Amino acid sequence: MKHQRIIVTDPTLRDGSHACSHQISVEQIRRYATAAEAAGVDYLEVGHGNGLGASSLQVGLSLVPEREMLATARACLKQTGLSVHVMPGFATAKREIANAIEVGVDLFRVGSHCTEADLTQRHISYVRNAGKEAWGVLMMTHMASKEVLLEESKKMQSYGAQGIMLMDSAGAAVPDDVKQKIGLLAEKLEVPVGFHAHNNLGLSVANSLAALEVGARILDGTARGFGAGAGNAPLELIVAAMQRLGYSCRADLYKVLDAGELAEELFAENLPVSNSITIVSGLAGVFSGFAKPVQRAAKQMGVDPRDVFVELGKRKVVGGQEDLILEVASELAARQKPVADGKPR
Amino acid sequence: MQPTPEKMKVAIVGTGNIGTDLLMKVLRSPWLECRLFAGRNLSSPGMMKADQMGVPVSGKGIQGIVQRRTEFDLVFDATSAEDHKRHAVILAELGLLAVDLTPAKVGKMCVPAVNLEECLEAQNVNMVSCGGQASIPLAFAIASVNQDIEYIETVSSIASRSAGPATRINLDEYLATTENGLAAFSRGTPTKAILNLNPAQPCVHMQTTVLAKIKNPDLEKTRAAVAAIVRKIQDYVPGYQLIVPPLIESNRLAVMVRVEGRGDYMPKYAGNLDIINCAAIAIAEAHARRNRP
Repeated sequence: MKHQRIIVTDPTLRDGSHACSHQISVEQIRRYATAAEAAGVDYLEVGHGNGLGASSLQVGLSLVPEREMLATARACLKQTGLSVHVMPGFATAKREIANAIEVGVDLFRVGSHCTEADLTQRHISYVRNAGKEAWGVLMMTHMASKEVLLEESKKMQSYGAQGIMLMDSAGAAVPDDVKQKIGLLAEKLEVPVGFHAHNNLGLSVANSLAALEVGARILDGTARGFGAGAGNAPLELIVAAMQRLGYSCRADLYKVLDAGELAEELFAENLPVSNSITIVSGLAGVFSGFAKPVQRAAKQMGVDPRDVFVELGKRKVVGGQEDLILEVASELAARQKPVADGKPR
Repeated sequence: MQPTPEKMKVAIVGTGNIGTDLLMKVLRSPWLECRLFAGRNLSSPGMMKADQMGVPVSGKGIQGIVQRRTEFDLVFDATSAEDHKRHAVILAELGLLAVDLTPAKVGKMCVPAVNLEECLEAQNVNMVSCGGQASIPLAFAIASVNQDIEYIETVSSIASRSAGPATRINLDEYLATTENGLAAFSRGTPTKAILNLNPAQPCVHMQTTVLAKIKNPDLEKTRAAVAAIVRKIQDYVPGYQLIVPPLIESNRLAVMVRVEGRGDYMPKYAGNLDIINCAAIAIAEAHARRNRP
């Protein structure tokens, strides 16, 4: 499989939105998009962390309106395609997708929770009917077996998806999980399969390489890992590792390294790090995008953010259910009260 | 139960989950009597259940209603938005009251805790959406005691198993209908609706959050207004519970409810189906009460 060129997608300006509470500026988009074009990544993904139409009180309001974010990136890209993330339930076809098509988006990565692929049917067909490229994205893939993932991705393929991404949205996978799941899909699907890692357990690069080993043809990586929670697989590390292992891609290593240095400068205050919260989040299997909102709510209500993650994990929350953070944090706070009053638990 | 002459006679068209659950609620109502359960498939699970329970059934859909039009005064439509657009014309010509549970948006939007009285004057009422029934009263309560509301948002999470194929394919319409409803009942404030499906087992109950951006929120008055409207909703949706009373976090006002269904036809977790049906029953019973001599 090594002779086949690997497609490199770079969601720095989309997943990174989570890392800075959706405060990416026009200037940051302009400068990073220019660097990504020079680096030769196949696609650059831009927008709110939860994709089109997700700027909200629920997940966080974007600093820059969606259309302006996309138009800014569009103006900087020539060879590199412009991509967006789409979650039905947040984004509608006639409003957000139509708008993005108008701005000149090339690729729509339409995602759902890993067991709910049928939600993407309308949106994928809409994109394909408009003559644009659509991929299917299954999120939180640690929550489903490989058989279920195959069944769900086959649905997306039947709706017209031209690629399938498995996202380890919680950073909960280990290389053996990735090999089993990606391996089965790569064998059974007609369209290329890709992997999107999170680094909660420090395994983002290992998991990405495991995916390549069993036939993944698309990899997501972000500059300096700029993404939700503990961040993604760092783009510069996966491109370097691919060079070391003999996989070819369009991206130029030195220019990718330059993009990484730029990201370090642009996003200095919010570069993801591994810490006790992101580790517990990964073990609990909670959506990485919950990191910042959990920290805020836990602080306000005086509870341990790690307990919030453990409880959210027990409830099997999915991406988009950020409101449950408030419920869980208030509940934990209420449980603590008797102790503060000196009464027994 | 022996039908009494004072009961208002109704028919249901549409025999899927919504229609069948609605039938169970009509059968329990002291004010309503179901004279016809009409659909297109006499062997559907809902139809067989109705037949077993001795409810008159018809496999001719809306034609069944037309044929027996003199036997009832009100028709619940639990078919589809497309079908209701046709049915609405027919029902209006027949002079029958229509309670529309589809997102067809033909009739007057009806949220019993907010505008029951006004809706009694309308021949056709639309029950908005499940998320709308859960969130609109909260948005209305918030808007009644706060000035300068910049924006209102609602997020509902429902169990995957409570969302059938029609709900899934019509997700965009659900969002638009809910947003329109929220805006209409909160003085035209910009709104957004979000829906999450959660596949967790055991199935999660329907939960709805309302989030608002308000310049100077009056938390105390908001808490009182929300508590009052929650009690009003509980009169017709017994499983409606306030789980997070209004609070301010990250510059937003948030309030959360959970809806446990009555478990009539769908399991208890499907509060989303229960609440829209409870609301439909509430408006029908209000007509029955008003008409009783």
